[in-house]
Amino acid sequence: MATVRLSFSPAPVHVRTARLVGVAVARRAGVREDLLDEVRLAIGEACTRAVALHRQYGLTDPVLVEMSDSGRYAVRVVDRAPIEASIGLHALNADQLANESLNEDDLTTGVGFALLAGFVDDLQVRPVDEGVGTEVRMVWPLNR
Amino acid sequence: MELSLATRTVGEHTVLEVGGEVDVYTAPRLRERLLELIDAGARHVVVDLGRVDFLDSTGLGVLVGALKRLRTADGSFALVCDKEPLLKIFRITALDQVFPLHPTVEAATGAGA
Repeated sequence: MATVRLSFSPAPVHVRTARLVGVAVARRAGVREDLLDEVRLAIGEACTRAVALHRQYGLTDPVLVEMSDSGRYAVRVVDRAPIEASIGLHALNADQLANESLNEDDLTTGVGFALLAGFVDDLQVRPVDEGVGTEVRMVWPLNR
Repeated sequence: MELSLATRTVGEHTVLEVGGEVDVYTAPRLRERLLELIDAGARHVVVDLGRVDFLDSTGLGVLVGALKRLRTADGSFALVCDKEPLLKIFRITALDQVFPLHPTVEAATGAGA
């Protein structure tokens, strides 16, 4: 059961709000203080990814963020983009990053995924149970 | 905190001091400023991240874009960063192997960056 639910129109300006709310709920839930920077970054990356997908597909549907703290701190970020958009999500190595032919959007996507995978031990990217879209699910332990 | 940008010259280097949050909303302003500097003839650019509180993949993408543009123009691009949380971001993304990273502006401008 979600303790806090936030939905926002897919505009970059709202990603900061989602980060702030996500960290505030994490702190309140009892996530260790030294993990909060990583929580902030990971929620930001997941929301940035969702906003980028909605803009890419011309979707005006809101991006949904659900935070729950039953036993652990779980955050779901749900987009409504076609599932094939998420295929091919992978981190890039140094040679690929420095390659002149890699465009900035693809680089940002690869770097964003590297940050999610690097900062979240318990990370899942999967299709939503109902309808079209993907959910990024991140879990952190609670210190209580 | 809002993005802040300030430029100064150190020898042949143009130093761009960045402060605040660099994210999907503010990164376009950073991109714009870097392009203005390069279009105006800056060839040795140092970006000082000393007052940056938050940096995401969009900001990193902008920095890589500037690095590539300057490399093509026979210029150079370096970063100043000594904050462990930011350094961790560079390590996790392997971008520490792509950018020259220096602890101080003096080191960046004196290292032939």
